[in-house]
Amino acid sequence: MMTTLTLSKVTKTFGTNRALDAVSFSVAPGERVALLGHNGAGKSTLMKIVLGLIPFDDGAVSVLDAAPGSHAARRKVAYLPENVAFHPSLTGLEQLRYYLRLRGENPAQAPALLDKVGLAHAAQRRIGTYSKGMRQRVGLAQALIGNPRLLVLDEPTSGLDPVSRREFYAMLDVLAAEGAAILLSSHALTEVEARTDRIVILSGGVMVANDTLAALRRQAALPIHLQVTARPEQADAVARELDGARMNGIVVDLTCAHDQKLARLGQIAALGAMIDDVEVIPPSLEDLYSHFSRMGEQGTNS
Amino acid sequence: MSRILASAGAEFRIALRNRWVTIAVAMMALFSMVLSATGSAPTGALGADSLSVTVASLTSLAVYLVPLVALLMSFDAVAGEVERGTLPLVLTYPVSRAELLLGKFVAHLAILALAVAVGYAIAAGAALYMDAGATAGLPALLRLFWTSLLLGAAFLAIGYALSAIARRPGAAAGLAIGLWLVMIVLYDLGLLAAVVADGGGYFSTEVFPWLLVGNPADAFRLYNLAASEATAAAAGIGGAAGTIPSAHALASILLWPLAGLVLATLAFRKVTP
Repeated sequence: MMTTLTLSKVTKTFGTNRALDAVSFSVAPGERVALLGHNGAGKSTLMKIVLGLIPFDDGAVSVLDAAPGSHAARRKVAYLPENVAFHPSLTGLEQLRYYLRLRGENPAQAPALLDKVGLAHAAQRRIGTYSKGMRQRVGLAQALIGNPRLLVLDEPTSGLDPVSRREFYAMLDVLAAEGAAILLSSHALTEVEARTDRIVILSGGVMVANDTLAALRRQAALPIHLQVTARPEQADAVARELDGARMNGIVVDLTCAHDQKLARLGQIAALGAMIDDVEVIPPSLEDLYSHFSRMGEQGTNS
Repeated sequence: MSRILASAGAEFRIALRNRWVTIAVAMMALFSMVLSATGSAPTGALGADSLSVTVASLTSLAVYLVPLVALLMSFDAVAGEVERGTLPLVLTYPVSRAELLLGKFVAHLAILALAVAVGYAIAAGAALYMDAGATAGLPALLRLFWTSLLLGAAFLAIGYALSAIARRPGAAAGLAIGLWLVMIVLYDLGLLAAVVADGGGYFSTEVFPWLLVGNPADAFRLYNLAASEATAAAAGIGGAAGTIPSAHALASILLWPLAGLVLATLAFRKVTP
């Protein structure tokens, strides 16, 4: 089996609104793919199609060589919905025992799962008393049940504090290393940047990007920032020599295209003693994201 | 099967926390006690043992109360999950919609059985205390018990279907109350009016018995009353019971839960999370 999830030309229309327009991409075992897009770009719709919760109009979807939503696919796919909800009357422990039984797993694993997401202290409390972050952790815990081969996570870190986010991505790394494919959506672009292998950007139902971060950076050819820190009293001279703008007392800001980067660095190095330090800042994921989203909008408008 | 039991277990726990178990048991117990207190007087006049008379009174009570309790427990089954937003996640689990419904069904039926058993036991205990010879009525009581469960099962299943069709708890509750009113209260009145207007014609002889047996509540009443002449005499609709073979009535109360569950599953399949 080459890929865990394959979408080819998937199209979905709600009334007159085209939610997804011929979207094609795949996720391989062990690969972590981030799905980015504005609200209404089609991320949740795409996920629900992959899970078989809603039908699609055209194209093809294959989940672990089975149809989305088929019994075979559901056995091996875990899902964490956006704003995950549980019955408020059940305790965290009871809810997880229920989910374990539904997957044919031993319900005795429930306390260990809750411990893994840091909820051991609240296991006996009703979910109705949980905060949003705690409910999100219950959602994460249920997604870990039964060695899933594909995890579909809709905004998995919303409501989590920074420490929990890092723990969560560490858990994902372990799962991916064991060969699970992961498709997650997020608004927090910076955290996706370091923690995923590939990025798919949806804009108005159209896939406008699907590549590694490095390749997307090359493709977008956005300017690179070089921040040169000058020695005391040298900032003006450095700015003059390099034809850059002074940001404050000692830092000179330069921008250049990707292919001029080395030449620019050479010029900086030639200034020798005038330079204290140099920092190369590639275009951020936010920059890339707005770049590709804009391209998508222009594409659909023209 | 294990998946059905898993959701039945969760569902039972939820009903316990939401006080539904307490409410159902208390309701049945309270009405049975009132019935025992008021129904103990006329025993001697009818020449039947006091338990048989109690069973007749309980039959009339169950016709109203059992469908009501069943609908109250079931109207929220699908609509509530839609509103709480718990449906998308559970539907990605390797469990079919029919299994989810059956899980709820098993839990709700167990609660109903508990409530009915407590209620009937109180009434039977009172009757046996008054009249030592009342043990003659025990078979009738046993029959009343399992037919009450079938009646409850029919209305649980119909309640799930309404819940899936309505998709919002408020609308589902309205539909459930409306259905109860139509099938339990207005149906008989309408039939009575039609029979009176018809004056013993084709409708009264050919159509009316089928309409009567087609309603699970009427079929339940007919079956219990036909099986016991004493109770039929006490309830006063023995005449209608005489024209319909009790096998037809039994078939009706057996088929309704199945038909209801099929209908509920079909309606649930149309719900997109």
